[in-house]
Amino acid sequence: MIFAIAARELRSLFLSPLAWAVLGVLQAILAWIFLVSLEQFLLIQPRLIGLDGAPGVTDIVVTPLFSLIGILLLLVMPLMTMRLISEERRNKTLTLLLSAPVTTPHIVLGKFLAILCFILLMLVLLLMMSLSLAGGTHLDYGQIAGTALGLLLMISAFAAIGLYISCLTDHPTVAAVVTFGVLFMLWIVSWAAQTKENSADLLRWLSMMQHQESFQRGVLNSSDALYYIIVIVVFLLLSMRRLDAERLQA
Amino acid sequence: MSDTSPEKLIEAVDLTRLYGNIRAVDNVSFTLNKGEVLGFLGPNGAGKTTTMQMLCGALAPTGGSIKINDIDLLEQPLRAKQVIGFLPEKPPLYIELTVDEYLGYCSQLHKIEKAFRAKALDSVKQRCGLTEVGSRLIGNLSKGFQQRVGIAQAIIHSPHVVILDEPTVGLDPIQIREIRQLIKQLGRDHGVILSTHILPEVQMTCNRVQIINRGRLVFHDSVDNLKLNTAATSLIIGLRRPPQATEIENVSGVNKIETITNSRFRIHFNNGQSPAEEIAKLAVEKNWGLIELTPESRNLEQIFIELTSTEITDPETSREKAA
Repeated sequence: MIFAIAARELRSLFLSPLAWAVLGVLQAILAWIFLVSLEQFLLIQPRLIGLDGAPGVTDIVVTPLFSLIGILLLLVMPLMTMRLISEERRNKTLTLLLSAPVTTPHIVLGKFLAILCFILLMLVLLLMMSLSLAGGTHLDYGQIAGTALGLLLMISAFAAIGLYISCLTDHPTVAAVVTFGVLFMLWIVSWAAQTKENSADLLRWLSMMQHQESFQRGVLNSSDALYYIIVIVVFLLLSMRRLDAERLQA
Repeated sequence: MSDTSPEKLIEAVDLTRLYGNIRAVDNVSFTLNKGEVLGFLGPNGAGKTTTMQMLCGALAPTGGSIKINDIDLLEQPLRAKQVIGFLPEKPPLYIELTVDEYLGYCSQLHKIEKAFRAKALDSVKQRCGLTEVGSRLIGNLSKGFQQRVGIAQAIIHSPHVVILDEPTVGLDPIQIREIRQLIKQLGRDHGVILSTHILPEVQMTCNRVQIINRGRLVFHDSVDNLKLNTAATSLIIGLRRPPQATEIENVSGVNKIETITNSRFRIHFNNGQSPAEEIAKLAVEKNWGLIELTPESRNLEQIFIELTSTEITDPETSREKAA
C-alpha cells in the first residue's frame, strides 16, 4: 500500500515540470561549480605535491560540491515537499485516501518514500559527476561515501520537516515558505552559539549543518547519524498525528 | 423492499458530530439494507456531507457507532472501508493522470488483487461508459466524464455499500439520466446512499427517503409509502360562473375553501373523502361552467419545505416510520 501511494506520488511529481526543472537547474549549477573547483585544483596541484598529508582531489573538489548542494537543497526541498499533503487537501483528493482502506502511517510513509526516491535520484546524478574523476585520478571512496550518506540523511530530514509542514496547511506556497524558514533557522541557529556561553552546546547540537562535518571527513559518527534519524522519525510521527487529528477534530 | 428480514449493510446508531460547539450531526440513527437506494435529503449545511464522511471513515464521529456489513467502522476501519465506495461532492481526481492510471491506482488502494485488477478496470469502465477515454488525461475530460470517473472510482472494488454525494450535479440531462440508471442498477446488488438536492431524482431512483435538517433526522419513510400517504387532500377547481363559496362548502367532506383567482378555488377535504364527484354533479346541475378539476397531492417537495423551513423542528412530531 505504501508503495502504491509512493508510486502515484512519484508519477505525479514527474508529470509536473517542477521535478524536471529542479533536477536540470541543480545539475547545471553543480556542473559549473564542479568545473570551477576542478580548474582550481589543477592550478594548485603542483604546490600540493610537495606537501605531506596535503588535501587530495576528494577534499578540494568533491566535498565542497556536496556541502554546496546541501545549501542549495535548503532552498529546493521546500518546493519539492510543499505539495505532498496540502495539494491533496486543496484538490479534495485527500478524501480518497482517507476513505480507502489505508492507515495514516501508510499515507505518510508512502509520501515520504516518494520524496526519498527523488532525493536518491538527485544524489545519484551528483555522485556520477564526482565519480567521473575516477578515470584520471585516485579518489577517496570512503570519504565520498560518508559525505553522500551524510547528505542523504540531512536532505531526508529536510523532507520530513517539509512533509509535516505540508500537513498543516492547504496552501502549497505557504507550506514552502514556512518550510524554508524552519530549515534556514535550523541552519543558522548555531551562529548564536558564539555569543551565548551556557546554551552554546545545545544550539550547536540543534543546527543541521553542524552534524555534516564528521560525515564529510568520512567518519560515520553514530551520534550525528542519530540526530538526523531522530528528526526524521519525529516529524513523520507528527505528520501521522496531524492527519489523524484531522479525522478526529477537523 | 423484501418481506424477509433484509441484510443490513449499514447500521448507524446515535451518530453525533461536533465542530467546536456546533452540532453538525445530532443523534442520527438509520439503517441501509441490501438492494436499497436510500435518498438522503436536506438543505445546505444540514449535515448531509458530514454524515456521509463519517460513514466512509474520512471523519470520526464524536459519538455513536457505525457498523458496515456487521464490521465496526471505528474498531476495524480497514476491513470496514474495504466494502465502502465513496464519491464525495467534488470527485477526488488527480487531473494529471489518465483515466486508466487513476483507476489502476484506486484499485490498488482498495486492495484488489493483482490478478483481478485488469478485469475490474475493464468492467468498471464499461459500466460507467469510460471505455473510450481510458488513455485520456482526466484534466482534459468534460465535467460529465470526470463525474463518471468519480463514480467508477467508488464502485471499482464492487463494494457492498456505495455512498454518492450529489452525483448528478453539473451534468447535462442525458448524462443525468444515464447516471440515474447506473444508480438504480447499483441498488440491485449493492446498497446505495444518495445525497441530492433534486427531489424528483429521489422519487425516481430511491426506495427510501430520509430528510436531515439542522443535524437531525426529521423524516424517514419509504418512497412507496410516500406515494400512498401523500394521496390527495385538496382539489383545484376552475369554474366559469362560480357560485357563492358557501354553496360549495355545503358539499359533504369539504373542510375549507380557498379562493385562488376569481374562477379558481382550492378545496380542502377530509382524508379519503374526495368530493370531486359531488362537485362535478353540482356544477353540471347548476351550470357553473366547470373547466378544471384536479386533485392536488402533497409531494416530496412540500414535505421537504414543510420540514426544513420551520424554525425549530421537533423530532417528536415528525413522522418517524420504521420501514
